[in-house]
Amino acid sequence: MYPEEFKYTREHEWVKVEGDVGAVGITFYAQQALGDIVYVELPKVGMKAEKGKTLGSVESVKAVSDIYAPVSGEVIEVNEALVQTPELLNRDPHGAGWLARIRLSSPEELNNLLDAEQYQALVAEES
Amino acid sequence: MRFLPKSDAERRQMLETLGLESAEELFAQIPPELRLRRPLALDPGRSEFEVLEFMRACGRRNKTGQPCFLGAGAYYHYRPVVVETLASRGEFLTAYTPYQAEISQGLLTAIFEFQTMMCQLTGMDVANASMYDGSTAMAEAALMARRITGREHVVVAASAHPEYREVLATYAHNQAIRIREAPYDPESGAVNVPAAASLLDDNTAALIIQSPNFFGVVEPLRELAGAAHAAGALLIHVFTEAVSLGLLAPCEEADIVAGELQSFALPPSYGGPYAGVIATREKFVRQLPGRLVGQTTDTRGHRAFCLTLSTREQHIRREKATSNICTNQALVALMATIFMTAYGKQGLRELAEQNLAKAHYAAARLPLRFRGSFFNEFVVHCEARPPEAINRALAERNIVGGLPLGRFYPELSDCMLLCVTEMIRREDMERLVETFRSGGQA
Amino acid sequence: MTGKARRHIVQDEPLVFEISAPGKRGCQLPPLDVPAVDAAEALGGANVRREIEGFPELSEVEVVRHFTRLSTWNYAIDLGMYPLGSCTMKYNPRANEAAASVEGLAWAHPYQPEETVQGCLEIMARLEQALAEITGMDAVSLQPAAGAHGELTGILLIRALLAGRGNPRRKILIPDSAHGTNPATAAIAGYEVENIRSNERGMIDIEAFPSLVTEDVAALMITNPNTLGVFEVNIARIAEILHAKGALLYMDGANMNALVGIARPGDAGVDVLHLNLHKTFSTPHGGGGPGSGPVAVKKELEPFLPTPRLKQVNSQWRWDYDRPQSIGRVRAFYGNFGVLVRALAYIMACGSDGLRAATVDAVLNANYVRKALEPHYDLPHKEPSMHECVFSDRRQARHGVRTMDIAKRLIDYGFHPYTVAFPLIVAGALMIEPTESESRRELDLFIEAMIAIAREAEENPELVRTAPHTTRTSRVDEVTAARKPILRWRPEE
Repeated sequence: MYPEEFKYTREHEWVKVEGDVGAVGITFYAQQALGDIVYVELPKVGMKAEKGKTLGSVESVKAVSDIYAPVSGEVIEVNEALVQTPELLNRDPHGAGWLARIRLSSPEELNNLLDAEQYQALVAEES
Repeated sequence: MRFLPKSDAERRQMLETLGLESAEELFAQIPPELRLRRPLALDPGRSEFEVLEFMRACGRRNKTGQPCFLGAGAYYHYRPVVVETLASRGEFLTAYTPYQAEISQGLLTAIFEFQTMMCQLTGMDVANASMYDGSTAMAEAALMARRITGREHVVVAASAHPEYREVLATYAHNQAIRIREAPYDPESGAVNVPAAASLLDDNTAALIIQSPNFFGVVEPLRELAGAAHAAGALLIHVFTEAVSLGLLAPCEEADIVAGELQSFALPPSYGGPYAGVIATREKFVRQLPGRLVGQTTDTRGHRAFCLTLSTREQHIRREKATSNICTNQALVALMATIFMTAYGKQGLRELAEQNLAKAHYAAARLPLRFRGSFFNEFVVHCEARPPEAINRALAERNIVGGLPLGRFYPELSDCMLLCVTEMIRREDMERLVETFRSGGQA
Repeated sequence: MTGKARRHIVQDEPLVFEISAPGKRGCQLPPLDVPAVDAAEALGGANVRREIEGFPELSEVEVVRHFTRLSTWNYAIDLGMYPLGSCTMKYNPRANEAAASVEGLAWAHPYQPEETVQGCLEIMARLEQALAEITGMDAVSLQPAAGAHGELTGILLIRALLAGRGNPRRKILIPDSAHGTNPATAAIAGYEVENIRSNERGMIDIEAFPSLVTEDVAALMITNPNTLGVFEVNIARIAEILHAKGALLYMDGANMNALVGIARPGDAGVDVLHLNLHKTFSTPHGGGGPGSGPVAVKKELEPFLPTPRLKQVNSQWRWDYDRPQSIGRVRAFYGNFGVLVRALAYIMACGSDGLRAATVDAVLNANYVRKALEPHYDLPHKEPSMHECVFSDRRQARHGVRTMDIAKRLIDYGFHPYTVAFPLIVAGALMIEPTESESRRELDLFIEAMIAIAREAEENPELVRTAPHTTRTSRVDEVTAARKPILRWRPEE
């Protein structure tokens, strides 16, 4: 369920590291809790993301949830497909539903994130 | 008490099921020192007859029912009887906000029609389901422009309604928004375009122009929009007289339209309740405050309507909401919808044309202060005597005169603002003109 | 014995644009008694619009049929109870409507000279006095157009007072049980919001509270009774703690229906509050407004109230614009006058005795319903209820039935749903406020319906989850409505 090569936060975001860039998104657990996603507020390309600060938000019909950046760095790309098809976040949260790609400014932050096993345990606890 | 549908016997039985001896015990958790230990110092309850007699007596103490030449943001128009008949149906009057779509389709459908008609009239893509009134709609439109552009300041026409500008100042003050005023040209009564343009900079979120303006003059919206866009700002078009939309061309270059619907809904009612509206381009819809009704389907595939894009609103977004507005003015918007439907495409135009004709008939016979083209309001210069004196003379002839402008524009304290709608008869205008010409002598 | 709801055939009806046909007229004006004017000449050709494209053209008959048919698809207080928590959906007396349509009142222009509208000013003055007495406050402004507008006004008053003392401060404390308008208002007023946690009794934690009130805090926004329907028993102490630190206590008056004639916020140390005339004071909701949100203050805040204020000069009422410390205007003109007339008519009809009796009945009704439903629904907070009670869907959730489903099924029993999923501090909340307008019979039918649904949740959960079954539309697709918004009609291409 939760890809081994990803790192995870306690707020249910994931990071997939490719060199000095991290693709980020929200986890399966998060999209399930939110329900049908109707809108995604993506960060702007060029934004300086800060770990733990708001990166964007996702909306269901009845709720809005902030997404927090799992790592710091410059946003170099965002997933425009989510603008027209927000349901991608529900259907494929770990793949086609990626949110943004960030050029990591402080890769050592990754050491403080959870690995797949730890995240799985967290999810089991919260359920 | 006639509004309380329980008998004392039923109350006793209900208290018994709760295991209580007296109703007093229902309040046992309130600390005794906070309890009110005396009756409220109000009169005892009155019969319906007495209450209505009191209200009618208050009505008689007012001077109404005479020809009245006041406008300035509140207008006298002929309201078809069916507006009251239909809007006062209990299923509309006593209904709640349509959060439960399945049992609110009547209201939701009417609001969807309202939103559509506002788009048709203003030339915009989307309109909300009403704001409190035109003044707060203008203020909220300014905040909206700030969110959209990310810029902080606004420029507003000095020829916009003075009380609307006061409201804007109140809202802006707490959001650190600076307001600059674009002066009006003393000849035309319209905004001086180069002067307005010079006030715009790269931190201006919006240029706010009322048209027809407070003086009744039609503003050069297209040119002003050009100036705004050249500076990267939005153009907000404000209207206070909805009937003008029946005849005046919408400004295709406007980004946001904010206005007052009172003309379509209610008599002046001493200032409220009215209803505002904000309409805008599709790309700005997520920054629009207030409720929105959207079309959808139900599980059986039938067309249905529901409140939508609610995540902009306070009950979901809380401190990040586009506005704190909750209750809007749904019933007033409904009245406007019925009014617009009853008049219809031809009727609304004819209504506006009658206003134009009557106002121009009167204006042709009076000394006008401004040269600019006008709709149904115009400013008259009072030469011989001050406007207040003319109004006193008019009052003696059972006519309510116009608004002396000195209270809002000291430079125009020898002028008054007159409004002539379809409700004014020719003979009323002739008596007004006569009084002016005789210099306000009786 | 008739139940609450039975099926009946209801007329269908398209949109006005779909019944429109060129040349139909619903309204006729008298002929012009002055010469017509060429619009292009008078206004400039470019300023004259083409026809209003797509605008409807209907006859009067069709207008009446259209909106009458639409009205039959709506639920309303006139049809039955709305158990909506914190909405106070009480009966809207028709005499209020007659009062508001008195010609001398409805046709008064806001800019008429004051001596010609003394009737309007008298009504407003009396209402100010009555509301001050009911709330135990010193001064009232009737200018705000609705509750949220009144809240904004109230917070701006606090800001003005504190700024006048040298420091407007940065933060406003808001309980996590608060209505969404509270934090939205604080943000618009330029304050940061700090959410404070309710304790396990669902109230503000008085032990933790003093440490939260730092020099940065301008005010606490309290709702009393809170959104659980529970009286904040420590309110006086809370006020003291705030005042000792130079902060103020704002009260959201949405739940005043539990207090009128019983306890007054002003006596508990509240500095400023707003009222919802469309809740406590019976003015009609009209499908979502108009309302009115007067603000009541203690005298230290009076100088900051919106301009103008009513004052008496030689036994005539006048508007006083000479108010140098005022926060300014929050709207054009003076207030939702037509709504104010209705509220005063209600207050006069009830009188001091009737207002208090209404409060007692409101609290009695809520407790009666609570007692009857406690065996069937989970009650997370056991504190005494005032005018509303809050259950959770925990028991029904075991069968996959949530509060929204129960609410939708309630529609099939002829009732409007209660407030769903609010307050946020109760998971799966069912918030029920019957108001005093409900007879014992209506309450018993409501209780019967809720008990029946609890049983259905166990025996036939699918029936509840797919409710309602008997309405003109079934559940609507809110997801598509949000993903692909269609916000206006367009003609077929």
